[in-house]
Amino acid sequence: MGRVVLDHVTKKFDEVVAVDDLSLEIEDREFLVLLGPSGCGKSTALRVIAGLEDPTSGTVTIGDRVVNDVEPKDRDIAMVFQSYALYPHMSVRKNIEFPLRTRHVEPADRQIAVNEAAVALGLVGLLNRKPAQLSGGQRQRVALARAIVRRPAVFLMDEPLSNLDAQLRIQTRAELIELQRNLQTTVVYVTHDQVEAMTMGHRIAIMNDGVLQQVGPPQSVYERPANLFVARFIGNPPMNTMEGRVVDREGVRAVEFEGGCLPLDPAHAAAAEASGAKSLVVGVRPEHLAFSDDGALHAVITVVESLGHERHLICRLTDGQMIIVRQGSDVPRPAEGTAVRLAADPMHLHVFDAVTERRIDPR
Amino acid sequence: MSTIDGGATLGETRSSAVVGVEEPKRPPRSRRRMREIGLAYLLLLPSLVIFGVFIFYPFLRNFYLGFYRTPPFPGLPMRYVGFDQYRDVLTSTDFLDSVKTTVLFMIMTVPAGIALGLGLAVLAHQRLKGIGVYRTIFSSTVATSVAVASVIFGTLFNPVVGLLPWLGVNPRPPILDNPQWALPAVALVTIWQTLGLTFILMSSGLQAIPDEIHEAARVDGAGAGTRFWKITIPLLSPTIFFAVVIGGIFAFQTFGQIDLLTQGGPLKKTNVLTYFVYRTLRTENNDGKAAVLAVALFTITMTLTLVQMRFLERRVHYGR
Ligand SMILES: Nc1ncnc2c1ncn2[C@@H]1O[C@H](COP(=O)(O)OP(=O)(O)O)[C@@H](O)[C@H]1O
Ligand SMILES: [Mg+2]
Repeated sequence: MGRVVLDHVTKKFDEVVAVDDLSLEIEDREFLVLLGPSGCGKSTALRVIAGLEDPTSGTVTIGDRVVNDVEPKDRDIAMVFQSYALYPHMSVRKNIEFPLRTRHVEPADRQIAVNEAAVALGLVGLLNRKPAQLSGGQRQRVALARAIVRRPAVFLMDEPLSNLDAQLRIQTRAELIELQRNLQTTVVYVTHDQVEAMTMGHRIAIMNDGVLQQVGPPQSVYERPANLFVARFIGNPPMNTMEGRVVDREGVRAVEFEGGCLPLDPAHAAAAEASGAKSLVVGVRPEHLAFSDDGALHAVITVVESLGHERHLICRLTDGQMIIVRQGSDVPRPAEGTAVRLAADPMHLHVFDAVTERRIDPR
Repeated sequence: MSTIDGGATLGETRSSAVVGVEEPKRPPRSRRRMREIGLAYLLLLPSLVIFGVFIFYPFLRNFYLGFYRTPPFPGLPMRYVGFDQYRDVLTSTDFLDSVKTTVLFMIMTVPAGIALGLGLAVLAHQRLKGIGVYRTIFSSTVATSVAVASVIFGTLFNPVVGLLPWLGVNPRPPILDNPQWALPAVALVTIWQTLGLTFILMSSGLQAIPDEIHEAARVDGAGAGTRFWKITIPLLSPTIFFAVVIGGIFAFQTFGQIDLLTQGGPLKKTNVLTYFVYRTLRTENNDGKAAVLAVALFTITMTLTLVQMRFLERRVHYGR
């Protein structure tokens, strides 16, 4: 019942193509995160699902109805806005009650539903306050309560945590996951924060410039990014990427680039050559680089960033390109200025066509 | 770790600077305060002088003038009567009728004007192509003066060359000479003339309501009507209230259109308070009575202003 299907949805604002031919199936009871940089069209996509924007072309299906011509109120959705969009002149109780009032729910039933929502979100003591008298976190909860009170089939959330401070954000993140699990509803959650996406989503849909880049479970998106954009966008610190060509090094196939070279797995090298790509980009995540006496990459550690539980070593290759190595804090801290040799496990290398930016998988 | 250290050091440096530099050098509090208060009055002095000469003195003088009865013939001395004249004038039928007329005028102009301005503002608030043209048209009467409006409508109402006879409607007596229709006609002119301002006021009020609140209401199941009555009107209420009070004050200061269209007639049916004051002073040459009327007018306008100020103060607390 809470299935949402976008079929070749495009939304243009005059010349700006905010959403470009987006096709996406969101399963019933799925927690799907729409992730992407600011301005990539996430909010617009969400608003198209909500019915607040009409798609320029394509269809939107919710449940088993095409809803292109259905008013937002009849789509069986609820939305949490980034600004929370609480009604400032109404008390918390009236705010939560509003979606029930507009649907002419009996006062007694309204009372029960409001109380349930208030209990679920810890708002019982605040029901008579006005939004102006609440903290940011409390307002956010009211917005959530107003969304869940009607038990819609689909929740749409547009960066609901972005106005909270870091601590509260982590806490609320976990609570949202729990809430979704308890309510068993579909959630479409928009964020630009990859940590939120990784931790909350059953699946992540990554967008850039209005175009869907990849959809998949967080771990698989992390492990097998479909293109360079996803590779660079997901992961913190980001994946190191170097552009080069496949060469033969003493019988071993390797990608050679300005600052050094990285040996490839034979199957990977074969696939890269078969792809016909003139130029390649090889990517390696910071945690997959390690010091090694016979490592193929020569580098100098320029900055050591200590995060407590781990370190980020900012190194420069011989051509000056920056490369980041992630290191546990259980090994001795290396000195800045040290020359090191780095090696990467070929199994953990990512190879992309430098022109199409698409991933090339080993065969 | 280094970042956290840096932050703490910075904070400490700043607070020690505050403690170390300012405290020993601070002069005794009372002396500094005295100096500041002195300076404040000095800076206020020019405006105090201007207000004193042009507002406070004339006001007190006018109030005082109300204690003197103007003689029936010029040349005779003014006679001191204390509050007698205040009592006589303020209980006279002429005065009470004039207040009634003014209140009636206010009732005719304010709600209708606001409803119309709000209606147009809601229409112009739609996100449609070419809506800017309508916005310009709706706000255009701001650029006209009362005199221009009066001349335009005076011509339209004219029984010979006006619009109505051209349309084949020619009431007898002509509208502006008709005791029943003169006041509504002047009210119509006033509504038209202030419509631009009301429209702009309501439009800015509407624009101050975040779009997301309307969108939330749409998702929450509110149709256009519910959104208007449950969201727009309550959130616009400060603006509406402001417009009501300002409209009330305007109504009590109406003069130009009365003078140009009806001169208070027919049968004093458009003899609003301001015009009454003017007639008493200019036609009857009764300075004392005019002074009393002016004080009454002032009191009413002042009350409206106070109500408005009280409310504006409250609105600050209401803000999100
Ligand atoms: N109402 C609108 N009118 C014109 N352009 C818009 C409108 N809404 C969004 N856009 C444009 O569409 C693009 C995507 O916007 P949006 O969906 O808000 O991005 P995101 O939520 O990913 O930051 C942006 O370039 C933005 O400027
Ligand atoms: Mg957005």
